[in-house]
Amino acid sequence: MTVDASLKEVSSSAATVPRRTFLQEVIEDTPGSDPRFEMCIQCGTCGGSCPSGPDMEYSPRRIFAMIEANMREEVLKANTFWYCVSCYYCMARCPQEVHITDLMYTLKRKAIREGYCRESSASDAPDFSEYFVDAVLKYGRSFELGLATRYHLRHHPLGAVKMATGMGLDMLRRGRMDLTPRRIKNLDQLQAIMAKAEEIGRVEREQGGIR
Amino acid sequence: MKKYIYYPGCSLERNASAYNDSTLAIAEPLGMEYQEVDDWNCCGAVEFIAVDKMQAYALTTRNLALAEQQLSNGEQMVAPCSACFLNLSKCDAYLTASPDLAGKINQALAAGGMHYTPGRVHTRHLLDVIVNDVGYDAIAEKVKKPLYDLRIAPYYGCLIVRPGFLDKFDDPEYPTSLDNLMRTLGGTVVDFPMKAHCCGGHMTQISDEIALNLINNLLKNAADYGADVIATICPMCQLNLDAYQKDVNKALGTNYNIPILYFTQLIGLAMGLSADELGFGKEIIDAAPALAKIGVKPPKKARKARPSKEALPMPTMPEEE
Repeated sequence: MTVDASLKEVSSSAATVPRRTFLQEVIEDTPGSDPRFEMCIQCGTCGGSCPSGPDMEYSPRRIFAMIEANMREEVLKANTFWYCVSCYYCMARCPQEVHITDLMYTLKRKAIREGYCRESSASDAPDFSEYFVDAVLKYGRSFELGLATRYHLRHHPLGAVKMATGMGLDMLRRGRMDLTPRRIKNLDQLQAIMAKAEEIGRVEREQGGIR
Repeated sequence: MKKYIYYPGCSLERNASAYNDSTLAIAEPLGMEYQEVDDWNCCGAVEFIAVDKMQAYALTTRNLALAEQQLSNGEQMVAPCSACFLNLSKCDAYLTASPDLAGKINQALAAGGMHYTPGRVHTRHLLDVIVNDVGYDAIAEKVKKPLYDLRIAPYYGCLIVRPGFLDKFDDPEYPTSLDNLMRTLGGTVVDFPMKAHCCGGHMTQISDEIALNLINNLLKNAADYGADVIATICPMCQLNLDAYQKDVNKALGTNYNIPILYFTQLIGLAMGLSADELGFGKEIIDAAPALAKIGVKPPKKARKARPSKEALPMPTMPEEE
């Protein structure tokens, strides 16, 4: 075998894309120009500012340290990002201007794709997001009653009863909840765009070696 | 008349229809003219980005592309919902900052025969537009029935002031524009240190304990300072503080009874519009006692839910695995 041929064999048998550290992977999977994740100085301002910080297994500061340490599985099983309320206090206060809230979304997507979200103590939360997405893909707009019914029947049957007799009834009585969904006119167009976007995202991850 | 493109968002169609009604009712007297984005879709809320990045950005960008088609003379887009405002402005900011993302999103939009030029559609929140474009002085001239005696806690929540992707029109920690607006209407603004704290967002669906505590913090703060009403600028904040107030009372043994009103409803009242045309009667915590303090009669009866003309048949439950 020539040197050239053996090199070819090595490169085709190994993954065609170099293995990424967990930090590189989350950076590349986050939208915007530069999320600045590697700039974290472990000051803890994020955790101290977080309204649900006390209920998180690991504070956002600690999640950054764990990502740096390549603790992929522990990070993706955490409830931290599922308890994020998207208030952006961490991002507004971060002295290093790290896009902390965007990291939480990236970790949610990875935990869903890789199935780790089922092992999190906040295991109901992914379904809420996924059911929301289903309704929007189907109608183009959100459908609160359908989403709440499907989610609560699956996860909190008692909550569904409470909703139907308490707050849900109050909302219906005051004309604040649609019984049926509303659909946009050009749904075919939206669905074609969504199908293409899904494909582009998938190819981007494959080419970038992002799980 | 100053023209704007209007993006109402899903909440304003039904659950926050009082916000939509009052926003439209005060537009003309304030010299604003709205053209709704034709066939707009959901902005993605905070859920879509948790599932699929590329789809989330394509979804939001379709709205920007639709608005771009409607531009005739450099109008800006107005969103009354804080989450819609955040998503639309953040999406535009990220597409502008990342040509790679913009290229991919436009490739997806092309599948539907659409295109968006990053930076073309500038999205602003309704509060920003009202205080900065219309201005306090012009509003003061329209006040016919000042809200004297009404103690108002001005509540901003998160997304309108943080993180400020396109405009930083107010302070992210201690905003004051809504305070000044309520004073312009003659109202008594109470100190409300938690005015930019979180209402819990979607946590009401995920963890009762966390959500009810966050809501309690806000209600307690407003009650401690003797607020008659909380003025809000976001449908999610209104829903959480209003529809879950009884749950907070039950779970935490409190006894709050604070109506949560849209700031546009209060502007309308001060301008002398009737409670009926401003969507009153849809709040779960009754606003009638607060309205009585300023001599306004509540609407005769709450409107009933009517199926809309565009309504589809009842959906069936998807099969669960």
